Amino acid sequence: MKQPDSVKDMGRHPGQPLAHINPLEQIPLPPPFDKIDEEPKFAQLSEAAREKYVVLDDTIAVNIEKPKTKEDEDRLVNGFLSGLEKLFSVEDNWTFLQPFEMSMEHCARCQTCSDACPIFQESGENELYRPIYRSEILRRIYFKYVKKASPAIHGDIDLNWETVARLIELSYRCNLCRRCAQTCPIGADNALLSREIRKIASMEMGIVPKELHDDGSVLQLRVGSSTGMTPMIVKDNIEFIDEDTAERTGVPVTTPFDVVGADILLIHNAGEIMAWPENPGAFATVFEAAGLSWTLSSDAVGYDGINYGVWYDDVQFARVAVRHAMAAKKLGVKKIVLGECGHAHKALTVIADKVLTGDLNIPRESSMVTLRDIIRSGKLKLDPSRNDFPVTLHDPCNLVRLMGVVTPQREIIKAVVPEGRFREMAPHGVENYCCGGGSGFAIMSGHNFADWRHRMTGRRKFRQILEAFSDESMDPSHRKYVCAPCSNCKGQIRDILAYYDAFEKAGIYYGGLVELIVNAMVDVQPGFIDWEWH
Amino acid sequence: MTTLAYVVAYVGVVFFVIACVARFVMWSKMPMHMRWELYPVAHEGGGKAAYGGSYLEDTEWWTKKREVSLIGELKVMVPEILFLVALREHNRKLWTRSFPFHFGLYLVGGATALLLLGGVVAGFLPEAISQPAERLIGLLAPALGGAGLILGIVGAIGLLLRRRSRALRDYTAPADLFNLLFFVVAFGVAAATWLLYDRDFSMVGAFVANLVTFNLAAVGDGTAGLMLVLSVVLLALLVAYIPTTHMSHFIGKYFAYHSIRWKDDPNLPGGEQEKVIEELLSRPVSWSAPHIGADGKKSWLDVTLEDQSK
Ligand code: SF4
Ligand code: SF4
Repeated sequence: MKQPDSVKDMGRHPGQPLAHINPLEQIPLPPPFDKIDEEPKFAQLSEAAREKYVVLDDTIAVNIEKPKTKEDEDRLVNGFLSGLEKLFSVEDNWTFLQPFEMSMEHCARCQTCSDACPIFQESGENELYRPIYRSEILRRIYFKYVKKASPAIHGDIDLNWETVARLIELSYRCNLCRRCAQTCPIGADNALLSREIRKIASMEMGIVPKELHDDGSVLQLRVGSSTGMTPMIVKDNIEFIDEDTAERTGVPVTTPFDVVGADILLIHNAGEIMAWPENPGAFATVFEAAGLSWTLSSDAVGYDGINYGVWYDDVQFARVAVRHAMAAKKLGVKKIVLGECGHAHKALTVIADKVLTGDLNIPRESSMVTLRDIIRSGKLKLDPSRNDFPVTLHDPCNLVRLMGVVTPQREIIKAVVPEGRFREMAPHGVENYCCGGGSGFAIMSGHNFADWRHRMTGRRKFRQILEAFSDESMDPSHRKYVCAPCSNCKGQIRDILAYYDAFEKAGIYYGGLVELIVNAMVDVQPGFIDWEWH
Repeated sequence: MTTLAYVVAYVGVVFFVIACVARFVMWSKMPMHMRWELYPVAHEGGGKAAYGGSYLEDTEWWTKKREVSLIGELKVMVPEILFLVALREHNRKLWTRSFPFHFGLYLVGGATALLLLGGVVAGFLPEAISQPAERLIGLLAPALGGAGLILGIVGAIGLLLRRRSRALRDYTAPADLFNLLFFVVAFGVAAATWLLYDRDFSMVGAFVANLVTFNLAAVGDGTAGLMLVLSVVLLALLVAYIPTTHMSHFIGKYFAYHSIRWKDDPNLPGGEQEKVIEELLSRPVSWSAPHIGADGKKSWLDVTLEDQSK
């Protein structure tokens, strides 16, 4: 394993990677994936990529081109310093000024947070991935180059274009899961500092991974969804999903669109519509069976709950949040219900809480709560024995650690899964581990980033899944279900299961929560969960 | 010489108070920020705090009265302040050094408070009350103060050594070492004075009583008196120095919990928060990336509402 000796290495060793993980040195997974030398190969970064972009470690997330001239180099350094100053201004950063200053000023550099970070741990404690490695660099740059304080007080660091470019790249080696922050005895938050670095890069320098910005929030604001679906296409797709769902369940269903005066505006992550159509289909089946007054919106952005700005840019974040609220206002709904998407939950319910005012301040509710209330109402006839297979539950960080929605999903599982079939992961609830796809990683796969993600960020979750099923046969014919009530987490869990071929080899399948409900509904044909890999 | 000690003590204490108040005011005046809470939130009622749940689990939460439990907060805060529970849970190795250090400070602080009380009692109350009180203080203050000094020194040395470990070394600036050394030296001199010349705290008690009554008379003779002066000067300088460093985290931590981690009060329609938010959204933005479209004049609201569909 190669790792930096010091935070000062960030501006040293030009053109060289600062860290390298030898996959053979990683901690083996539990059986049946415990043969480290039989794990899938970790694709190497191409030489062409190493030539063209700034190099930090074994992968590239952001694609920052190496500067060709001194002016280009200066632009990187000066842009970063100017953005850093703006983070301390009320005008430009009232949004996070207090939490930011708190974390900049009060870290005692005690390393309590290191044990909590799944990336640092699964990397074999590679210094580069230590939660405060990047925070410390940011702090030193600030105190030395902006505040002009003596390095004897806050520590020393060289500042050059490579320090800046590598630091931005390093801010995309953190899932923003805030597990580290939970253990900090002072209240400092390394995830927040990662996000603030991303903000400097995006909001001041225009540097962002394409998947989050051009193909993410920009596309969403331009055509209506980061999937590229326009309002017309989304309506067509939902119509198709309704037909397909009715065929699978034997119960006709029509998803209502643009119903003025409906009680609920349901906003899905549009990725569900494209990749997991059974999820919106299941929502429609359950909501209709419960007799709810609900609707989807066909207004651009109003049908896609994603809000990638939550990971990198406050303005992009606010733009999307406001458009979600505008769609709800136009329909005059009583509340917005967020579908199975963790970051959409947190973005619109918690963070946008300090953006939406007046007639845009429409109450937001988690679908976990709505679904739990439907179950409690007794309107659905349920037969848990239809879900007679082992089930474990992934807690999406955004929904659980960062919103405190912990019990509704468990109450639902209790009602639809036979006793003894559900097992918790360890740890779970607010102490859970991130799926590894957090902060945008689930949709980022440039170069060999997907491989890096599987080996570094998703490994802890895969370990937990295997441990949760450790008392079950790992024969592929013995089907086991990982319930992930979040679209991004589901995508990441799909990817990691596929990487290890865990469905074919060990019968581990994944899906959402509402699918488990429909699978247990007496009034629909059995077999809604089809155990077909997709 | 003794006059110098009195002057430094007054200045040190006044500076400490002013600096702490200034930091408190700075943190409390910061603008409202986006919610960034982290569960468990200790004041969540209805048993939710125990597993990290929130009011967002409730049906139509915005129609319900929130259950906010002050007792719940105290149940977390008091053990955290006294025993550094988070550190004990997540970093036992460091806790074995940090706990004695912090607890030592509390004991020294407690002993000082007792001596101040003794000074007030002796100076301003009738003997019938002041004599028994002084006797009690005379017993308690040396016990607490002595134990506090020893614990503080042991903890500070432990922390100093710990900073040499592989994981901490690179993250340690010279100032971090200086801070801990300052504690070792100031507490060390005070402990030596206590052990060699002032076992019953009579000298330091008299000094503090004089401080309270603004009587700048000399206390102690010869080396004993000199050691007392040196102790007072070093401790007063330390007290003044603390709030100027990141050791002021005892103030910041309050806000880290109450204004960030546990700050979950929602912006309800028509509520007070809406006005504050609207004012903040009217502030000008100057971020330079082209997609922001800022010019230093347009507000957050302007750039948020600009048509992005082209
Ligand atoms: S963030 Fe907190 S836990 Fe981590 S090193 Fe800083 S003070 Fe310690
Ligand atoms: S937020 Fe999560 S991934 Fe990032 S440093 Fe903290 S624990 Fe590690």
